[in-house]
Amino acid sequence: MAATVELRELRRTFGDVPALQGIDVSLAGGEFLSLLGPSGCGKTTALRLVAGFDRPDSGRVLVDGKDITSVRPSRRDMGMVFQAYSLFPNMTAAQNVEFGLRIRKHARAARAKRVRELLESVGLEQAGKRYPHQLSGGMQQRVALARALAIEPRVLLLDEPLSALDAKVRVQLREEIRRIQTQLGITTIYVTHDQEEALSVSDRVAVMHGGRIEQVGTPVEMYSAPATPFVAEFIGTMNRLEATVATDGGVDFGGRRIAVDAARSRTAGERVLVLVRPEVLDLEPFENGVEPTGGLVGEVVSQTFLGSVTRVKIDVGDGELTADVGTVRVESLPVGARVIATFPSSSARVLALADSVEHVS
Amino acid sequence: MRRRFIAPSSLVWLVLAAAYFLIPLVATLLFSLRDSQTGTCCSLGAYGTIFDDPQFAKTLWLSFKLAVETVVISLVLFVPTVYWVHLKLPRLRPVIASLALLPFVVPPIVLVVGMLDVYGGWSPGWFYSTPQFLVAAYVVLAFPYVFFALDAGFRAIDVHTLTEASQSLGASWRTTLGRVIIPNVRTAALSGALLTLAIVMGEFTIASLAAFHTFPTYIQYVNQTQAYPAAALTLISFGITWFAMLGILVAGRRPGGRQMAMRGGG
Repeated sequence: MAATVELRELRRTFGDVPALQGIDVSLAGGEFLSLLGPSGCGKTTALRLVAGFDRPDSGRVLVDGKDITSVRPSRRDMGMVFQAYSLFPNMTAAQNVEFGLRIRKHARAARAKRVRELLESVGLEQAGKRYPHQLSGGMQQRVALARALAIEPRVLLLDEPLSALDAKVRVQLREEIRRIQTQLGITTIYVTHDQEEALSVSDRVAVMHGGRIEQVGTPVEMYSAPATPFVAEFIGTMNRLEATVATDGGVDFGGRRIAVDAARSRTAGERVLVLVRPEVLDLEPFENGVEPTGGLVGEVVSQTFLGSVTRVKIDVGDGELTADVGTVRVESLPVGARVIATFPSSSARVLALADSVEHVS
Repeated sequence: MRRRFIAPSSLVWLVLAAAYFLIPLVATLLFSLRDSQTGTCCSLGAYGTIFDDPQFAKTLWLSFKLAVETVVISLVLFVPTVYWVHLKLPRLRPVIASLALLPFVVPPIVLVVGMLDVYGGWSPGWFYSTPQFLVAAYVVLAFPYVFFALDAGFRAIDVHTLTEASQSLGASWRTTLGRVIIPNVRTAALSGALLTLAIVMGEFTIASLAAFHTFPTYIQYVNQTQAYPAAALTLISFGITWFAMLGILVAGRRPGGRQMAMRGGG
């Protein structure tokens, strides 16, 4: 049965710098949780506390309900894959995988069988006799994953294991990690700063910022319903419109009225931040001289080709908006063209501006 | 296959450098081969004189024994210390590096007098009155060589990650040090050991001042009394050093062929 993990009110300060300011998160057995955030947000510190390489100033780490905060790392039964290549240079790939089993005094035949199985599961059955320096970065991390799994850990910890690899290998390996994790049903905490990576492999994602967890949710929830402007900006691209709630339920943005369903529950006159994803923003050429109600007129300032879509930036006077437009349509929106941007009233999120200023700053 | 091309200017420098080292050796060799009676070439008499002298084997064995003891004590003391400093106390590294320079600036006479004074009052006779006493001085003397060699070795590996990886797999501190860390600083430790061996095998001042008869004091004695055997002895001690170096190089070779590799990409 896969282990449950709870992080309760974890705090850690380095000198005067608070790295963690009270982390609370729980993982169900077999769950894959990603700690996502920018550099310095405390995600690796949190992982190191779970692994036992560091002690919290306060708070507890529980596995299956048992407090392991003061248990030595060697006694925690947690497999870990590190950001830096961590294979023992004096051992072959097979000896690296076997290391934890030797420590546990498994029989030679059982060790050999397990090493073979694990190297096979990471696609390196032929590389067992090679030394770390004879393996590519991707292969080294595969062996490191096999080594971490060899001891049948209760929890698997991954600290940005793909950050040193090139893009193609990264995508390949993250899919492999997820496949193996699902197959083994092992509870996993994955630290990354790459939102695409976190969203593509996790059951849930916890976005961290300034030593705190901003929001925890499924990848879809995080993308479609960000709880804070930081989450909104960190996950995907987001247009931010500072506006005032109008009496008719819409919002007033720089003197222009826009329909936003989410603003109806707000008090008229309240300052809010309207969040709109680029893919819901629709652009049409604007030829008429009078600005219509419900749309934002601006001028195309740049186009960035991204394949099937092209990212178009328009200047609407009170700021810039970003829209993802189908590449086949983009010819009608050249740089310098006047366009009108609209979006469905139900597709925008509204957050109080007071909160957002604090978070964004 | 492309032929390697050596520029003539490089060849000139190579020959000059080789001559700088080889001419004295060849001259010493030729000198050592002269007959002690006639002074003409070529006789192995000088070598015979050395090998027949019981003091040769006795002092060589004593110096070798002291060197091995110094190497063992130095490594036992410094490998865990340097490991711990790199892992937990990196701020102490410059302090220890400064301390390691002290044996270079403290004159041997000060070291000997100081140590005789320190150990004189309380240490047992088998230590204080025998050449074993020299080991205490030699460990101090070897400190910079062992420390800087080990320090370079520890800098070449990711001590933190290797330690944490080992611990996460269930290894204790002792297992981590023995199976993961030491094998990966083996070359550095062997370099430190070689330097220590060379220093102790050639250390004259302290042994002479403390009035112990070691291999270097024997060389000095022969040098003052017998010309041709002295040259032979010089070459023999040179050969011993080379043999020791070769031994270290052979022992330092490891499977896989590289100390540590960090490679990125796919």
